[in-house]
Amino acid sequence: MSSLEIRNLHVKVSDHEILKGIDLTMNAGEVHSIMGPNGSGKSTLAQVLARRETYDVTRGEVAFEGKDLLAMKPEDAACEGVFLAFQYPVEIPGISTAYFLRSALNAIRKYRGQEEMDAIDFLPLMREKLKLLDMDEKLMNRSVNEAFSGGEKKRNEILQMAVLQPKLAILDETDSGLDIDALRIVAQGVNAMRAPDRAILVVTHYQRLLNYIVPDRVHVLVDGRIVRSGGPELALQLEETGYTTETGARRATPA
Amino acid sequence: MSSNTDTIRELAEQDYKWGFVTDVNEDRAPKGLNEDIVRLISTKKNEPEFMLRWRLKAYRHWESLEKAQAEPKWANIKYPAIDYQNIAYYSAPKRKPNLENLDQMDPEIRRTYEKLGIPLEEQKLLAGVAVDAVFDSVSVATTFKEKLGELGIIFCSFSEAVLKHPDLVKRYLGSVVPYTDNFFATLNAAVFSDGSFVYVPKGVRCPMELSTYFRINAAETGQFERTLIVADEGAYVSYLEGCTAPIRDENQLHAAVVELVALDDAQIKYSTVQNWYPGDKNGKGGIYNFVTKRGKCLGRNSKISWTQVETGSAITWKYPSCILQGENSVGEFYSVALTNNYQQADTGTKMIHIGNNTRSTIVSKGISAGHGQNTYRGQVKILKDARGARNYTQCDSLLIGDKCGAHTFPYIEVKNSTARMEHEASTSKIGEDQLFYLRQRGLKAEDAVSMIVNGFCKRVFRELPMEFAVEAQKLLSVSLEGSVG
Repeated sequence: MSSLEIRNLHVKVSDHEILKGIDLTMNAGEVHSIMGPNGSGKSTLAQVLARRETYDVTRGEVAFEGKDLLAMKPEDAACEGVFLAFQYPVEIPGISTAYFLRSALNAIRKYRGQEEMDAIDFLPLMREKLKLLDMDEKLMNRSVNEAFSGGEKKRNEILQMAVLQPKLAILDETDSGLDIDALRIVAQGVNAMRAPDRAILVVTHYQRLLNYIVPDRVHVLVDGRIVRSGGPELALQLEETGYTTETGARRATPA
Repeated sequence: MSSNTDTIRELAEQDYKWGFVTDVNEDRAPKGLNEDIVRLISTKKNEPEFMLRWRLKAYRHWESLEKAQAEPKWANIKYPAIDYQNIAYYSAPKRKPNLENLDQMDPEIRRTYEKLGIPLEEQKLLAGVAVDAVFDSVSVATTFKEKLGELGIIFCSFSEAVLKHPDLVKRYLGSVVPYTDNFFATLNAAVFSDGSFVYVPKGVRCPMELSTYFRINAAETGQFERTLIVADEGAYVSYLEGCTAPIRDENQLHAAVVELVALDDAQIKYSTVQNWYPGDKNGKGGIYNFVTKRGKCLGRNSKISWTQVETGSAITWKYPSCILQGENSVGEFYSVALTNNYQQADTGTKMIHIGNNTRSTIVSKGISAGHGQNTYRGQVKILKDARGARNYTQCDSLLIGDKCGAHTFPYIEVKNSTARMEHEASTSKIGEDQLFYLRQRGLKAEDAVSMIVNGFCKRVFRELPMEFAVEAQKLLSVSLEGSVG
């Protein structure tokens, strides 16, 4: 059974069709990348998979480990193992990052019938993951994403992923706003999480992240459709030619 | 989006969990208010002459106010006219409790307290909480009195203080909130039934939190408690007040008065978690909480700090205030007020700077959900001779849903040019993006809302004693922040 199976997915936002029939299959253990120009629908796809309710799915099906993902609420999808690393992580004033992380972990553990973790058991787990992402423990006492730099916010997303250990991780433009050192650290964190039972979907505009996280498959998304799929070499090719030729290619392809 | 709204609705529609009625025989005065009723109350309580005279003066004043229709109308609240002749002004459990220990308490009352989770139990006593419980109008149990007595601290019901410590009562009663202060305070002065009295002598630091629980039980009664706390030179006391009431269809009036007096170098911390019955989803029933609370920093370097978490009542009309008379004295007001369904709150504070170098801090967090209307009303006044006064005000509103309202009326009056004033205000809505972020991490929508609200209130919760902070957070159905790292 594949991890993620998307069939003919159509999505609208306020009467404007963004995704126009996406088909995509990912197996556990694989890393796929979705590349495409601005406004092609990459983030919409990421958010729909994470079950954001502001999007209107008009046609199609999505199966996650054989279950109907589109029937799930965001929290149920999360508890089933879907994780979205946000392009723009959100601030929650007054709630410490450590408390937020533990609450999220415990919500998921509870859903799975596992015992909740107290602060004392949680601390070593958190420290181990902080080390992986070269993050200062002091950040954990700050309010969630408040007064975090752009790079700290993105690292914080991967930290959450490392703590929550999802089965499907979707990284939405995780590389944007990162300098080269931070990019390397974030990529290391993601690579450390590659595992036979985990699928990772990397959504990105630029190829440079894929120098560090080498995908098994690359898909090119243009104007709401996947116009090309290939191996990691496709990303390099796009870096040279840009997306314009892909747009032309799509025009030549019958819809 | 729709599911966010659903969650908000569910949260707003949670049933009142403290709405049970206790079946106790009560001794109650006939409905209506006149001089005879005032005399009856005074007689029932075996009060000395001075107390009766004060009550009667107040009653006559109130009568003239009522004729002049002087019930305050300036607040941003709406309610049908109150028929003051249709209220019973005195109600006491019949078996007059004069208890040696808790085991002698009426088992029904005892069970009520247990349902409320009031810390009357022995283990709670060990936790260091002394409780003076006001059940309708008479104090039924006062604990820890002996231990406090060794330190010279007086903690008893107001009635007892009138009998045993008349000099202290005479000296301070009405010294902060005179019987002429306002319509409801005047009414209270005439008919107040009981309440708490605290006196902490010179240089004594009260070793435990003092706590009172108020609960309105009888139908169609008003509860008029009166609390007086005096901290003598260099003394410190922290006082907790919690309130609940059973569910009734009709509205009940609660017009209390609290007076605090802090002498030189004294400190009083007064915390309230108010959870009176707020009425049902359609706005039927609930408590009218029309309360006058004021503290006077009489001495140099004295400090009075009010912290309130107001989640209940159909209508809240309440402005815990500080008169900063002594030099270098400090006044603080930390408030969380939550309104949902058809609740209305008009609450805030007054900081009156009289002495030199007086400082005040105001932090107000208003949360509105459902059709709730939440008003912050505050006055900061720097008098002409108050040199070097400082005030910091922060006033934030959080809206949940699109049918509620938040209103802010700050009044700032500065008559001395050396004053420094800061005022910050914000209004925000719980964002769909915040909710989605938390839900994407596995939190249920209602837990996500709680978490956001809890974060919003953090600055105020931090001021509450631990015992109360937990309850306050429970009241907002919120989990506690862990202390990792």
